[in-house]
Amino acid sequence: MNTQAPVHQGRLKSPFYSRIEPLDFLNEWHEWKGYSSADSLYCADLEYFAIRNATAVFDLTPMTKYRISGPDALDYLNRLVTRDMAKVKPGRVAYAVWCDDQGQVIDDGTIFHLREGEYRLCSQERHFAWLQASALGFDVSITHETEDVAALAVQGPTSFSTLSNMGLEGLGELKPFGLTHFDFQGTELMVSRTGFTGDLGYELWIDPDKAEALWDALFAAGELYGIRAIGTHALELSRIEAGFLAAYMEFLPADETVRTGRSRSPLELGLNWLVDFKKPNFNGRRALAEERRNGSAWQLVKLDIEGNKPAHNSYIFAKEKGNKSEIGFVTSAAWSPICKQNVALGTVRAPHGKPGDTVWVEIYYQREMHWNRQMAKASVVDKPFWFPPRRGATPPGPY
Amino acid sequence: MKTYDAIVVGAGHNGLTNAAFLAKAGLDVVCVEKNDYIGGAAVSRNLYEDWWYSNCSYVCSLLRPEIYRSLELHKHGLQVTPYGGSVQFMENGDYYGSYHDHEAAYREMARFSRHDADAYKRYSADTMRQCRFIRDFLLSTAPDPTSFRPKDLLELARIGGKFMEMGEDRMYDTIRFWTMSVAEYLDGYFETDVIKTAMSGSGIIGTALGIHSPGTAYVLLHHYMGDVDNNVGSWGFARGGMGAVSNAIAGALQAAGGEIRTDAGVEKIIVKNGKTSGVALENGDEIHAKVVVSAMDVKRTYLKCMDKSDLPEKFHHRIENFKIRGSSGKVNIALDGMPTFPALPEGSSLYHSDMHFIDSMERMERAYDDWKDGRWSEDPYIDMVIPTLNDPTMAPPGKHFMSCFVQYCPHKIEGRDWTSAEKDAFGQTVINQIANYSPDFKDLILHAEIRTPEDIEAEIGITEGNIFHGELTMDQLLFNRPIPGYAQYRGPVAGLYMCGSSTHPGGGVMAAPGANAAREILSDLKRPNTVPQSFGDD
Repeated sequence: MNTQAPVHQGRLKSPFYSRIEPLDFLNEWHEWKGYSSADSLYCADLEYFAIRNATAVFDLTPMTKYRISGPDALDYLNRLVTRDMAKVKPGRVAYAVWCDDQGQVIDDGTIFHLREGEYRLCSQERHFAWLQASALGFDVSITHETEDVAALAVQGPTSFSTLSNMGLEGLGELKPFGLTHFDFQGTELMVSRTGFTGDLGYELWIDPDKAEALWDALFAAGELYGIRAIGTHALELSRIEAGFLAAYMEFLPADETVRTGRSRSPLELGLNWLVDFKKPNFNGRRALAEERRNGSAWQLVKLDIEGNKPAHNSYIFAKEKGNKSEIGFVTSAAWSPICKQNVALGTVRAPHGKPGDTVWVEIYYQREMHWNRQMAKASVVDKPFWFPPRRGATPPGPY
Repeated sequence: MKTYDAIVVGAGHNGLTNAAFLAKAGLDVVCVEKNDYIGGAAVSRNLYEDWWYSNCSYVCSLLRPEIYRSLELHKHGLQVTPYGGSVQFMENGDYYGSYHDHEAAYREMARFSRHDADAYKRYSADTMRQCRFIRDFLLSTAPDPTSFRPKDLLELARIGGKFMEMGEDRMYDTIRFWTMSVAEYLDGYFETDVIKTAMSGSGIIGTALGIHSPGTAYVLLHHYMGDVDNNVGSWGFARGGMGAVSNAIAGALQAAGGEIRTDAGVEKIIVKNGKTSGVALENGDEIHAKVVVSAMDVKRTYLKCMDKSDLPEKFHHRIENFKIRGSSGKVNIALDGMPTFPALPEGSSLYHSDMHFIDSMERMERAYDDWKDGRWSEDPYIDMVIPTLNDPTMAPPGKHFMSCFVQYCPHKIEGRDWTSAEKDAFGQTVINQIANYSPDFKDLILHAEIRTPEDIEAEIGITEGNIFHGELTMDQLLFNRPIPGYAQYRGPVAGLYMCGSSTHPGGGVMAAPGANAAREILSDLKRPNTVPQSFGDD
């Protein structure tokens, strides 16, 4: 007789749910890896500006998290990801991608070097099977800890003032991609200077039992600094402005694609700087070395598009007229409120898409039921659309 | 002495914009400014401890996004953050709020009148139709209907085409719209006094007209046709105050190699043999250039900075009769904390909105009556905002800057200069009206700057301190702005141009006059155009 209770079949609630729910005026939620996650709470436009103007708080608890430790943790990670993890000292965080043997990206994520030999890997997708398969022959322990860690992104120009006001002394010394630990009511609070917004910002990591207390302390500290909870819509817009990639937008996890040629390599995603051929073998190394020799098929592009109509789902062409076929398509598009630019990320066939190139984007937009078509000129840019000086300033300014 | 390609007189946002586009075309440009700071009426002034005041213009919507983008103003520090809603405090203790969220706005309107809540859709579509019609012409030169030049004919045909496209009924509506009063326009939709009052404010801001005066419906449009990030009708705050707009444009100007000279007031625009050759500064220096562009209002340009003998008689006469009348003042206040408004629910989003303290059309019109008598309104229309609720950079944490735009306020008191006692009394009138709805407000005041039209004229230079550089009535709009025959930014003297808000499409922190003038100048000089085209259909 089966005595097991059935699995939880509804949406999970983050440990911050009790605090977010009262701030929710719109009742617009979606599912994120089993959790209820707010699209927006009161107005996506204004929530976006909390990121760019004050302090925005986003619940990133549903982010997939793994703890990786053991004597071979470093060697293991170096085998797993394409960049050299030996350069990532304790107290540092690294953005990384990991590939299959064909050099195709399975996912991207951040790896936190918590303490000597102890790491946390955060990613969009769930990869326990792959992480275990890659661990063959390494003395390493891999634990899934998504539910065991409550996490908040605290982003925006006054985020440093807010956190300082919460009593996090010495936070000013923390450099971008650094992490440090504080005591919060007898519990360890990990703070990293990381985020998905391209602005000054931090991420806070704590035991779920202390989640509500942390939220309350944070919002009390931020009251005079314009602190606001935000949903995914606002975050997504800032992500595009920062030029960051999103799984299922700019690439598909290689192990989930059905059709050949629908995955991407790190080189095709403009992540050459993340692939270190000098280090010993790593997953996908041979294939990537060959791609480097023979050239990539695709190139991720950042596009600055004329006009103000966002280029959602647009085809990209090499010329304005007389095109027989497209050279690629837009993967993420937005009107950037901070840059007042019409921006997009896209993927085009090599050798197109070099910085400085001009391409044409076919934009369809609807006005009162009727559709209009516009061929808009776009230039390929190499820098993020938004990279304010405050993002890199140490110590950060008050706003 | 060095000769420039062009001298722009006045480093307000239009002067700077004009200079920036000229500099981008490779011209050697200098922008001269009489004050020791730039920005004209788009400034952030440090007038009290750590507070920064947007002490003239205070909110941003009309600034053309094409210009913002083309000059890459974000790279020069500009950030415009939208804010939502407005509130009308009522004498009976109630309030009428308008909300950013459509459904919330609907429910609030329905609290007063379900009829009005439903009528709003038609009102909104009709007003948006007028917005669409005019928005397209903001970044282009108004065609001269008497001209047979191909450029004018083409543009006239384009406007005519857009007009005909509307269909018969809507063409009639449009003609009526351009000439009717805001009160009559609103009467066509709404029945509730406070709702009409809330909407009528935009019809009179910056004008010396009352809500029942013909032409004020267009002024309402002038306040609706802007946008923040394509949300037409939205308003925003410039982070750091309105000076951030001017500073960013100045940054773009300097990045393009242009110069700015402050403390360089212009005494005279030099004219020789019917051509300008530069300017004589108040300090006795002369600067030479074949092109002089005045960003000053037309009265100041032609009546103060030029010799009558250099101007055609009829032109001079028309400029003398150009309507530019002081009608509004400002009270800028540093606050020790956030005042409470007991009528509002705790934590209401309306705290972040535009606040007004007048609740009937009759009170609106009576406020205008005082102005006609040469007095400030005893019961004024105040457009009050507290930008520091959104902007962490303008005051210390927990402290606030309050901007009160006040109408009506005459340029002269019964025809004579203001006394300091009267100026204080004007400020007190404003403070008292707000205090009627906020018991703790007066105790929080740390510092107040009171500005009458006379003060604004003295400091900024705008004739009568009129925020639009001249009334926005049909006789002074489009091909009539500033005066017929001179609506394409060219003055009556060769080499002399106008780029201030006295020219099409008029006032507000729009930067369109400056940009449009630059396009005409570059065309005359046979230089490549650097001024962006309109984004088109929105």
